[in-house]
Amino acid sequence: MQKLNEASLRKIDEIVARHKGQPGPVKMMLHEVQDDLGYIPFEAMEKIAAAADVSVAEVYGVVTFYTRFKTQPSGKHVISVCLGTACYVNNSQTMLEKILELTKSPVNGTSTDGLFSVDATRCLGACGLAPVAVIDGTVYGNSLKSGLAEKRIKEIIAAERKA
Amino acid sequence: MKAEELNKLRDQFKAEIAMQDGSCDYRVLVGMDTGGQAAGAVPVYEAMVEDTKKNGYKCKVIAAGAIGVSSLEPIVEVVAKDGTKTTYVHVNPDKAHEIMAGHIGQGKIVMDYVVGTTPLGKMGREANDPVVTNIEDTEFFKRQKRVVLHNCGKIDPCDINEYIGADGYQALAKALSSMKPRDVTAEVLKSGLRGRGGAGFPTGRKWGFINPDEDKDHYVICNFDEGDPGAFMNRAEIEGDPHGVIEGMALAGYAIGAKQGYIYVRAEYPLAIERLNNAIAQARKDGLLGEHIMGTDFTFDLELRLGAGAFVCGEETALIQSVEGKRGMPNPRPPFPAISGVWGKPTVVDNVETLFNIPLIIHNGADWFLGIGDEKSHGTKVFCLAGKTNNPGLVEIPLGTTLREVVYDIGGGCQAGKKFKAVQTGGPSGGCLTERDLDTPITYDTLVAAGSMMGSGGMIILDEDNCMVDVARFYMDFICDESCGKCTPCRVGTKRMLEMLTSITEGRGTQKTIDDLKYLAAEIKDSALCALGQTSANPILSTLNKFPEEYQAHIEKTCPSHVCKKLLKYEIDREKCIGCGACERNCPVKCIAPTDYVAPGKKLPARAIDQYKCIKCGTCMATCRFGAISRH
Repeated sequence: MQKLNEASLRKIDEIVARHKGQPGPVKMMLHEVQDDLGYIPFEAMEKIAAAADVSVAEVYGVVTFYTRFKTQPSGKHVISVCLGTACYVNNSQTMLEKILELTKSPVNGTSTDGLFSVDATRCLGACGLAPVAVIDGTVYGNSLKSGLAEKRIKEIIAAERKA
Repeated sequence: MKAEELNKLRDQFKAEIAMQDGSCDYRVLVGMDTGGQAAGAVPVYEAMVEDTKKNGYKCKVIAAGAIGVSSLEPIVEVVAKDGTKTTYVHVNPDKAHEIMAGHIGQGKIVMDYVVGTTPLGKMGREANDPVVTNIEDTEFFKRQKRVVLHNCGKIDPCDINEYIGADGYQALAKALSSMKPRDVTAEVLKSGLRGRGGAGFPTGRKWGFINPDEDKDHYVICNFDEGDPGAFMNRAEIEGDPHGVIEGMALAGYAIGAKQGYIYVRAEYPLAIERLNNAIAQARKDGLLGEHIMGTDFTFDLELRLGAGAFVCGEETALIQSVEGKRGMPNPRPPFPAISGVWGKPTVVDNVETLFNIPLIIHNGADWFLGIGDEKSHGTKVFCLAGKTNNPGLVEIPLGTTLREVVYDIGGGCQAGKKFKAVQTGGPSGGCLTERDLDTPITYDTLVAAGSMMGSGGMIILDEDNCMVDVARFYMDFICDESCGKCTPCRVGTKRMLEMLTSITEGRGTQKTIDDLKYLAAEIKDSALCALGQTSANPILSTLNKFPEEYQAHIEKTCPSHVCKKLLKYEIDREKCIGCGACERNCPVKCIAPTDYVAPGKKLPARAIDQYKCIKCGTCMATCRFGAISRH
């Protein structure tokens, strides 16, 4: 495992200090670490365990239970494809396969070039726009027919190639 | 703030919302919930705010909640001083500028963009009927009764004063000044309100299990996990009217003697979280949350606890574990949360929509609620119509409305004129209802009798192009992933059921597979620890019961709806093939090659697909411009 830099370690310390002493703090600390650093480094689990007076194994158990908490950093661009029922019956599986092919990322993983993370998510609650894909926080509704999600991904790849 | 101040604010803002106080001539409400924003409402809102400032229009542009018709978003509603409302649909920034200039600037409705120009707006109307300008006059809306959603899309969800102007917090004032805690519980019990999260347990009875007078910490938890795929009722309710749930929780806290409430909200709802935090801060500032609420002895405060992507945390005992910061794994009941819940203390866990009904019941009285709906299922229910329906969106109907009305009169039937096949209710715990069930009135008990359940409100419409075996497999795949792993029947059983279903969709299933599936399903129903496992087999049992012919076809290695990939066969009609080779060039596995045959009238050899190598991707059929390739 790569060693975390000073700035990240300090961030973790701040988060832990903020919630220490509150009832049931482990998950709240994990949420903030995930939002700030994009994943839960092992050092964070150690610090959280110490502050909450529980074992590291218990913290690891919480991290691995919830899909939102990642133990690996995400790619530079995060793509979510909704596989909720409404999207699924409107062919979101096909959309997902197209995106996996374009990005060369495994599902619920990161591409080897670190550019893309593609997640097959649960229902995002925008069922009227099925099938839904989200790229870097922007929602692409009716993604199969509009073709805009694929267009955006190709734009990103072209821009990254230039850079 | 005390009651008189609340009443003064109510009168002031009621007048302001009705534009009786001269503060503005128009209210422009832009549907800015998550769905609206996903459809592009933000630039529309910004364009309208910009135009108002530039031209000094006397109008208030509001980022409101969902008006609830997903297929027509972005939606903008313009309310005039005389109360008339115009609904504009599919709005973009250019149309927004036109609407501001025409309607606000010159008082002329821009007829090109009103709801009446759409198929939804024309539903049920004759050709020479006048064009509908207000969505509330459409068939889609007329059959609905917006009770829980009464503020949604009508007020600014980020302004507590608009909630107060719409009689907000009057119920809390009434309870604190003239009712004892047990009176509140009695009123809720009398109303017959049943839990809106899916199980339908009588809310008043649940609250009655807790003694409000005992000297113990009690807790109220709002279940805002909304994990059912295809359901977004709670999200829309809170994004449109966050104070509704706050007041509901305060009343619940008063009724059961709780000082602290938690709202357990899934992290995938950032806009709802933001609006909730904002609303809670405003309520605290106004003395409607916190210590000595409205100058009384009642102290109650709220905290948000975030979900982290686990469907099982919608189950109340798992939810409680998650609030406590642990793995969200269910616990056996008894003890029920009312006896031992969060932090081991008596706790009431209620769904968002259940809580939204509470202030309305206290303000209007239990008899008012009893007058809505059916004799055994009172009140309304918000459903999310989605899937292959023509009119996806939010539908709030009095319980007792028939499925046919929802699917056809409100939903407009299936897209592209396809044949309706089934409506799935209750999500992964539910079942499907078919053509034969369409005249069933929607109530808790009738839906169970018909082989499904109410669930939290997701209603997925399926048509002739959906494969029911594949749908059952989809749900089982979901459940398998979401199983917490604690009990063997679910952890192992759902995996086995998934394997069996997958084998059926891949042409490896036999009659024995189906028999084993039925047997296993019954065993898991009886022995799983929580409702996730116990109801996991419902989609399978329901589809087996209502569509046995589809399972039979799969055993005979065909998929009648052409969905299950491994059972598809793509074939080139050699009489139609002109030999252009486009399919051959585009085939990702190079399984198409020329034959010896040249069709009469054609110049080049016809192509053929090597069925052993074919991966059934369908690229060839999509590429062929001569209709020579078909799929069986």
